[in-house]
Amino acid sequence: MRQSYQCKNGQLIVEMPKEIDHHCAKELREDIDRMIEISHVRVLVFDFSQTEFMDSSGIGVLIGRCRNFGYSGGSVQAVHLNDRVKKIFMVSGLSKLIPIGTEQERAGGRVDGE
Amino acid sequence: MENRMRLEFDAVSVNESFARVAVSAFFAQLNPTVDEIEDVKTAVSEAVTNSIIHGYGEKEGTVVVTCTYHDKDSEVVVIDEGVGIADIEKSMEPFFTTKPELERSGMGFAFMEAFMDEVSVESEPLKGTKVTMKKRFGERKLEE
Ligand SMILES: Nc1ncnc2c1ncn2[C@@H]1O[C@H](COP(=O)(O)OP(=O)(O)OP(=O)(O)O)[C@@H](O)[C@H]1O
Ligand SMILES: [Mg+2]
Repeated sequence: MRQSYQCKNGQLIVEMPKEIDHHCAKELREDIDRMIEISHVRVLVFDFSQTEFMDSSGIGVLIGRCRNFGYSGGSVQAVHLNDRVKKIFMVSGLSKLIPIGTEQERAGGRVDGE
Repeated sequence: MENRMRLEFDAVSVNESFARVAVSAFFAQLNPTVDEIEDVKTAVSEAVTNSIIHGYGEKEGTVVVTCTYHDKDSEVVVIDEGVGIADIEKSMEPFFTTKPELERSGMGFAFMEAFMDEVSVESEPLKGTKVTMKKRFGERKLEE
């Protein structure tokens, strides 16, 4: 998998994959953690514009990152959710933990993970 | 009309997407709405992932998925011959998980129940687990 990230104005924007399930969860988790570690940001933004499918494995990844990131005093949000991902956020109660943002600037330096 | 299919595959994570795509293709005949088919895909993904992670503990095994429909009534059955579940009622409670160290959230059964009309679980320790899920397509005419 090739994960895309942007770092801008103290924000780390993570482009989430097309399908988020158990199969990709481990790599996704490790990728995001590595980016958090090297980028020293205070705001973490999950960008779901490419995401068409997410199941409970995705919930686990998000809650885990949220918890770790929250400990270090950062804030987290999610943007560009399609109706399906929004439904998953609502049904799981994840929307109470991770605020769903609206528009997010997409310009800026692009950093590619592997 | 009535129809039936049976899928048997190795309990490896790459087959999670295969299973949900195959099941959704099978039910496409019934002209489900996008929302309905996404509900089924999520539920199938949950049950199959559970068989792989919990049933077989990511060791070797076989997962069997059968799908049937009778007019607009669909049924999906997911079977593994893994470790089984000792306390089914408890395991179906939201947020209950036996694998928190793997960052599991305990939402799998909650999703199956939220997205399907009926979910029933039969399981016996050391024998395996059978999850039966039903959904009637075309019940809600919200999106026109
Ligand atoms: N096929 C199975 N074989 C053995 N145990 C199972 C099986 N399916 C579920 N379980 C048990 O039921 C518990 C709850 O399952 P559920 O899918 O709700 O949550 P989870 O898999 O732990 O977390 P999540 O699905 O959110 O990643 C599991 O932790 C596991 O102990
Ligand atoms: Mg599960």
